[in-house]
Amino acid sequence: MNLLTAQVPGRAPHLGKGFALSIGRFVLVALALVLSLAFTQVAVAQADPDREMTTAAPGITADQWRQVRSGETGPNYRDSRFDSTYSLINASGETWREIRNRWVSPFGLIAVFGMAALITLFYLIVGRKELEQPRTGRLLLRWTLMKRALHWTVATLFIVLALTGMTLLFGKFVFRPLFGDGVWAWMIAATKVLHNYLGPMFGILLVIMLVSLIKDNIPKKHDLVWFKKGGGMLGKQHVDAGFANGGEKAWYWLLATVGILVIASGFVLDFPNFDQSRDAMQWANIIHAVGALGLTAISLGHIYIGTLGTEGALEGMTTGYVDETWAKEHHNLWYEEVKEQTLTEQEVAARKSSGGSGEPSATHTS
Amino acid sequence: MAQMKFMCDAERCIECNGCVTACKNANDVEWGIQRRRVVTLNDGEASEMSISVACMHCDDAPCMAVCPTDCFYKTDDGIVLHDKDLCIGCGYCLYACPFGAPQFPQQDAFGERGKMDKCTFCAGGPAESKEEEYQKYGSNRIAEGKLPLCAEMCSTKALLAGDAQDVADIFRQRVVYRGHKDGAWSNNPQASADNLAYDAAHKG
Repeated sequence: MNLLTAQVPGRAPHLGKGFALSIGRFVLVALALVLSLAFTQVAVAQADPDREMTTAAPGITADQWRQVRSGETGPNYRDSRFDSTYSLINASGETWREIRNRWVSPFGLIAVFGMAALITLFYLIVGRKELEQPRTGRLLLRWTLMKRALHWTVATLFIVLALTGMTLLFGKFVFRPLFGDGVWAWMIAATKVLHNYLGPMFGILLVIMLVSLIKDNIPKKHDLVWFKKGGGMLGKQHVDAGFANGGEKAWYWLLATVGILVIASGFVLDFPNFDQSRDAMQWANIIHAVGALGLTAISLGHIYIGTLGTEGALEGMTTGYVDETWAKEHHNLWYEEVKEQTLTEQEVAARKSSGGSGEPSATHTS
Repeated sequence: MAQMKFMCDAERCIECNGCVTACKNANDVEWGIQRRRVVTLNDGEASEMSISVACMHCDDAPCMAVCPTDCFYKTDDGIVLHDKDLCIGCGYCLYACPFGAPQFPQQDAFGERGKMDKCTFCAGGPAESKEEEYQKYGSNRIAEGKLPLCAEMCSTKALLAGDAQDVADIFRQRVVYRGHKDGAWSNNPQASADNLAYDAAHKG
């Protein structure tokens, strides 16, 4: 500063008045600059780091972490990923994992295998339910071709879906160590494709089947008695039953409620192209797994009673016709309604060869 | 062995998305998939905060626990990798992941997910050849003795990657420097109990 001002006056006389004025202005500006510098130095000396921290960008507060944990995505939430609908932390993921791995998996296994064990035990102790009277040889039409076709298609799909579904849940504990990665990779990929493509088919067909059978499955008063007497499964007693007995109706309504839930949740999982949220899919998965494992366990009972457990039951669903004695012993109320419509084996054979196994005249009324 | 970890210092992240770009570049990630994302909370407010997230290579990884094909595995360095040959694209890892890391190329019919893709900590994955590995999983910088490119490129060194102990040491130093008594998690009673900064300052 002093150096500058000292030099300038020495040269001024050679340059005239205008120059002297501008020199004066320069000196003023320089003075102002130096003064301002001095002031800032004072300010810096007085700065208090603690005070500055409170006025500077605030640190991250507990509120922000709470916001993160709650999964909040407010209007001022940004995610740099294209099309992302995700919160910063997916807190419900751990809940889903715990429910699936700690509860659904082990208890599903217990339900299915426990049921299989119970049925085996029942078969060994109580045994098959035989017909008490000899067969009369006269037959009654119980299931039309259409209903049998529907039943076996749905049944086949159910079994395939139950097996593939259980492979998706438990397969890694069994087949991967058993077959090795090469086979396992192929197997689990096929499992998923089967499950995902047959699932919707099963859903549509089950709804059609439920609609076609609803007339026979309206609950009646005698169904309550049927349940009170345990369906006559033990001992020689006879319990009133219409076309469908109490147990069959219960199975029907389980499929009509839980089955529909399983199908609906399955659709949520199967088609992730409708922008459903991750949370929706977590819950859909739990509902799907619990419902499906429950139905699988109970279906074992249905399968046992329909095949090994009852003499004369399976032929109704394979040939469409049941013996008069069977109808009398198992569905007495239905038998009373249709007993005039019995056919001999020759008549049935003649009908079948002429192409129609299920003409309307012989169908039941509930 | 090392325990590889990411850590993003939210007090430093400036939402430049350099990590996102670096990752895309290093791993040649397919179109529509972005292994790393930057999330900003309270954008434009005084409490604005940004954090870069990808797979955090959890110790107890939920994806591993729920995978129906068991396609995940952990390397000796604690990096969570997965085998795309086993993946069936069921999406369960996505349901379980706390960080939204797994992503799927939904290019087949009915939104079928396809093989899952996620951050590999730049450690590639199982493959027959280097070319196949690069094509499926991206680069294997770990095999070359390098750390993930996202953290290497981070301009403010908010994103740290490396052995958990080293990352923790660096962060602890920062905490001491900042003078937060509660370990940078301001007003967090849990952190206050530990008094991270105090420990660091006194134990050297």
